[in-house]
Amino acid sequence: MKLRLRSLAVLPLCAALSACDMVVLNPAGDVAAQQRDLLVTSTWLMLLIIVPVMALTVIFAWRYRHNNREARYEPDWHHSMRLELVIWSMPLLIIICLGALTWLGSHLLDPYRPLDRIAPGKEIPEDTRTLQIEVVALDWKWLFIYPQYGVATVNEMTVPVNQPLSLRITASSVMNTFYAPHLAGMIYAMPSMETRLHGVLNSPGESEGFSANYSGAGFSGMKFKMRSVSDNEFQRWVGMTRAAQQSLTRDAYLQLAKPSEREPVRYFSAVDRQLFDAIVGMCVEPGKMCTHDMMAIDERGGLGMAGIYNVARRSGDQPRAVFGADHSHVIGICAAPVVRTFEDDLLPQVDRSPLRGAGLPRPAPSRSGSLLADAVDSSSAR
Amino acid sequence: MGHALTTEQAAARTLFYQADEHDHEAGGSTLLGFWIYLMSDCLIFAVLFATYGVVGGNYAAGPGPKDLFDLSLVALNTSMLLLSSMTYGFAMLSSYRNKVAATQVWLVVTGLFGAAFLGIELYEFAHMIHEGATPQRSAFLSAFFTLVGTHGLHVTFGIVWLITLMVQIGKHGLNKANARRLACLSLFWHFLDVIWIGVFTFVYLMGMLR
Amino acid sequence: MMQAELPVLDPIFGRLSLAALPLHEPILVATFVAVAIGGIALLAGVTRYQLWGYLWREWITTIDHKRIGIMYMILGIIMLLRGFADAVMMRLQQMMAFGGSEGYLNAHHYDQIFTAHGVIMIFFVAMPLVTGLMNYIVPLQIGARDVAFPFLNNFSFWMTTAGAILVMFSLFVGEFARTGWLAYPPLSGIQYSPDVGVDYYIWALQIAGVGTLLSGVNLLATIIKMRAPGMTLMKMPVFTWTSLCTNVLIVAAFPVLTAVLVLLSLDRYVGTNFFTNDFGGNPMMYVNLIWIWGHPEVYILILPLFGVYSEVTSTFCGKKLFGYSSMVYATVVITILSYIVWLHHFFTMGSGASVNSFFGITTMIISIPTGAKIFNWLFTMYRGRIRFELPMMWTVAFMLTFVIGGMTGVLLAVPPADFVLHNSLFLIAHFHNVIIGGVLFGLFAGINYWFPKAFGFKLDRFWGLVSFWFWVIGFWVAFTPLYVLGLMGVTRRLRYFEDPSLQIWFQIAAVGAGLIAIGIGAMLIQFYVSIRKRNELRDTTGDPWDGRTLEWSTSSPPPAYNFAFTPIIHDGDAWWDMKQRGYQRPLSGFRAILMPANTGAGFVLAALSTAFGFAMVWYMWWLAIASFIGIVGFTIYHTFNYKREFHLPLEYVVHAEEERSRQLATVRS
Repeated sequence: MKLRLRSLAVLPLCAALSACDMVVLNPAGDVAAQQRDLLVTSTWLMLLIIVPVMALTVIFAWRYRHNNREARYEPDWHHSMRLELVIWSMPLLIIICLGALTWLGSHLLDPYRPLDRIAPGKEIPEDTRTLQIEVVALDWKWLFIYPQYGVATVNEMTVPVNQPLSLRITASSVMNTFYAPHLAGMIYAMPSMETRLHGVLNSPGESEGFSANYSGAGFSGMKFKMRSVSDNEFQRWVGMTRAAQQSLTRDAYLQLAKPSEREPVRYFSAVDRQLFDAIVGMCVEPGKMCTHDMMAIDERGGLGMAGIYNVARRSGDQPRAVFGADHSHVIGICAAPVVRTFEDDLLPQVDRSPLRGAGLPRPAPSRSGSLLADAVDSSSAR
Repeated sequence: MGHALTTEQAAARTLFYQADEHDHEAGGSTLLGFWIYLMSDCLIFAVLFATYGVVGGNYAAGPGPKDLFDLSLVALNTSMLLLSSMTYGFAMLSSYRNKVAATQVWLVVTGLFGAAFLGIELYEFAHMIHEGATPQRSAFLSAFFTLVGTHGLHVTFGIVWLITLMVQIGKHGLNKANARRLACLSLFWHFLDVIWIGVFTFVYLMGMLR
Repeated sequence: MMQAELPVLDPIFGRLSLAALPLHEPILVATFVAVAIGGIALLAGVTRYQLWGYLWREWITTIDHKRIGIMYMILGIIMLLRGFADAVMMRLQQMMAFGGSEGYLNAHHYDQIFTAHGVIMIFFVAMPLVTGLMNYIVPLQIGARDVAFPFLNNFSFWMTTAGAILVMFSLFVGEFARTGWLAYPPLSGIQYSPDVGVDYYIWALQIAGVGTLLSGVNLLATIIKMRAPGMTLMKMPVFTWTSLCTNVLIVAAFPVLTAVLVLLSLDRYVGTNFFTNDFGGNPMMYVNLIWIWGHPEVYILILPLFGVYSEVTSTFCGKKLFGYSSMVYATVVITILSYIVWLHHFFTMGSGASVNSFFGITTMIISIPTGAKIFNWLFTMYRGRIRFELPMMWTVAFMLTFVIGGMTGVLLAVPPADFVLHNSLFLIAHFHNVIIGGVLFGLFAGINYWFPKAFGFKLDRFWGLVSFWFWVIGFWVAFTPLYVLGLMGVTRRLRYFEDPSLQIWFQIAAVGAGLIAIGIGAMLIQFYVSIRKRNELRDTTGDPWDGRTLEWSTSSPPPAYNFAFTPIIHDGDAWWDMKQRGYQRPLSGFRAILMPANTGAGFVLAALSTAFGFAMVWYMWWLAIASFIGIVGFTIYHTFNYKREFHLPLEYVVHAEEERSRQLATVRS
């Protein structure tokens, strides 16, 4: 009886361990895999010191217990220069290694840095076009705009396998975090600001992405489907999306942006080309001044006293501060509309050579191995 | 140690308590405590300055410093506060010589200068708000009103304290406690002066240059 | 420009109406009924036994640092029960809400719970417990009779309590914030959180923050100015050193919190644009500022406990602390470094790689002095004679638990690793690992260690052991699954889940929470049993553990004046040194002692502040103005009281010292 109970207790644990999918340790994307590598390396590095410390704690606690009269007792021994040197230098050495890893890793895996490989040892083919996706965190759903194809989706991000992705990310109202564990880690999605993320998925499949920063009542349901498919299938998918009934005009966007929970996947066959920039500029509503125009004006010293009255009350009864003014916005003034082309060359060209110290000669670009290993190799070679 | 202790040293080594002890009067740590408090207050201003530094250029397509600030008024205001600091110094000097009446007179003068400073500042605020440059209009104005207003609030409390202290000096003269309070208020008053110099330079002068 | 029409507010009740009472939430109604019955019973009991006068004279108005310390501890333990109840509710919700089920908590309720849990545990559990410990012990350790500003001390305590009371109000009147414990805008701005929750948050923290800041100023001045003769800085006990550093941090960090909350409340009340999306506001500034306070806050909590571990290790190993000076330097280095690491809380905000790695590396550097500290405790145990009393057991459990928390912390400091672990349950597991394994274990070590000093009898060992094992095992059962879940890509503050393979881990975590609940229960039983058996557990020596620092040289509990004669210090382990060299307790030559007098001013001011906070939350302007005038007026009135000290009569001192002689005699016979 006892035995049975025990095995009953253990069973679900085994099941859980075998079933559990440690996506962080086993991601499908190259960037996430490198982040994982760094995680694992750092853990091992630290275990070098953690394990001995824990073992010594147990050993000392046992050996010097009160009733063990055989152990030496030196009540006045409290200083040893040599030992002090060791206990300060051991952690220091490990932190130096870890610090070097951090410096390299932070730069090489900077989410703003365009990719320079698809997978370990696999350079990006010359003719590859980076897939641009514009991501908007809405209350409480995700909008994905594919500017190169002029389509958009809600709560579904479909991408071709092994194609570098470049994401521009923003939010409509409050802070969120874009997180697709298989892809490349997370980054905040913030209103009136744009963040970026680069990544690639190396195997076909379907997984989940979500917001990792609490953003209000519907936050828990703010999930999207992330699909990686073959090139052909991606083309088919784009075709299917283009055949969708709705198109994402500014009005349609404003409707969509209203708070709602657990939205089903939706497709839009056409997208207002400047929509994303308008969202970042907080000026999708007609008549509102975009923040980048505002910043340009402010750069030149503002609009002077005349600018004071260049505001309009907003329709609708939005909550406002009890001693504040009514909800209002700055009126747009004949500023040039945002014009953007959706070409890859807008992105900064990445220097694909390994990192080097300031003033050191530029090493020859290496062709193999992980980026991190490259950087470490090239620095240790000197 | 190696060297022998003299008998006195040995006696001192075995002395474990103060047999002949005087009362520890309260207030021995007051000035230090007040200093520490001022440093923490200084950090509040540091945050407000930093905030002004971050959003001070965000006019939201509204007016900027050049449109709003009247430097001659600010110069007048600054001189009021600087003079009040000076007269407070005279009040302190009188209090050292234990001249109650002179101290009180200098305190009154200080308070009047302080009130003049506040009056001018309020006039400036009222004028700006009347023109529509309210704290709500832009982040720059929010930060401006908050930084300058917080300083103004400090001056207001300084004046309330000053009046209270004058009543207390009137009642009890320059006794130890009152002298200590006078010294604390002096620290506070000069501290506000220092902060104002920061405001004057960082907000007004550099705002005009921006 | 825009003519603002104010929303319709009741002139008396502001926006408070019957609708604000959560009558539709059965859980809250039941809680309210229970609290109300308990409260009425308590009030009735106090009235029945005519304790009001006693409470007012001896506790509420007391300026004795020891009693204030004890009141802080009681506040912390009561709030621990509230914060833990929130934790249990979260664990149950996350355990149940799978496969289409939304559990038993709706978003409105659940989102308040996780916010309240964080706020309460940090501000109203950890802070009062740590402050209480410092308040009680520091003056005794430095041979002082009280703190530098005894009245401020009383005032600080009541302000902290006032903040706690406001948070408790929010449970039954209105709601608490639904923003997470740091209330990031724009979510916490008026546009997305128009209700009273965030206002409760702001005013509770502002009022409690005044208390914390003043208590920091107070203890700092105390340690700098009031050390007994001979106690140079490098002869201060380590706990006093860590308290010194903590109070430096409090004074240097809490003003930032005050300022940033002022800015947030201006946004909410006046409609300024500091952290809004429009008109040039910048929410990222809030995130930076709040963490400039928030990171030092972590060290404010942990540093004093490092001191506790040092005292405990040294006492129970019967050895001088290994590497005293490197311990001190390590503490100072941590203090300084804790200011230049705040950005590691938001690597994922998109600061460049260089900024991220700078803050990542500074964070790692903190682990060097922390590691050195662990080694110092380790080598204090080496060649010691370790008595495994409860405080020492907590210390060993801490050493084994904390290193894991430290390791996962350094992992999170590697920006690329943080990109996959930020905001995940791995992070939650990490900071509970350091806060429970570091702060809470240390507090329990400290409570068990100094309880006999404070009350004159030891705590019961059996129930202490029960509490210890359930806590330690419960902790690991509750939080290991969160590490696993974090690696499975599960993030924080989620209310329901779809993937059924996650459920088992949440179930295990809930079991762990259950074990911890037993641990907390056992601790309460331990207090009860110890009080019942107090005569058996009595400590008549004043030095039950064969201690090393000055607090053990007085009686347990110490007399109101702590020391009849101010001690003179020759060694870091002052009391040990005195015992070694044949110190004789003086039996004559006593004098009347000048002591600070009790005052009710702190209590009155805190009560007015509570009213002010409540009025501001509910827009009851008349009450806000009245209570504000009350605060200023009463403060001025209080300054007209010049007689704040009195002489403790000679007879009192002689009587107390004779009592002590009698007690010591019972030991020798």
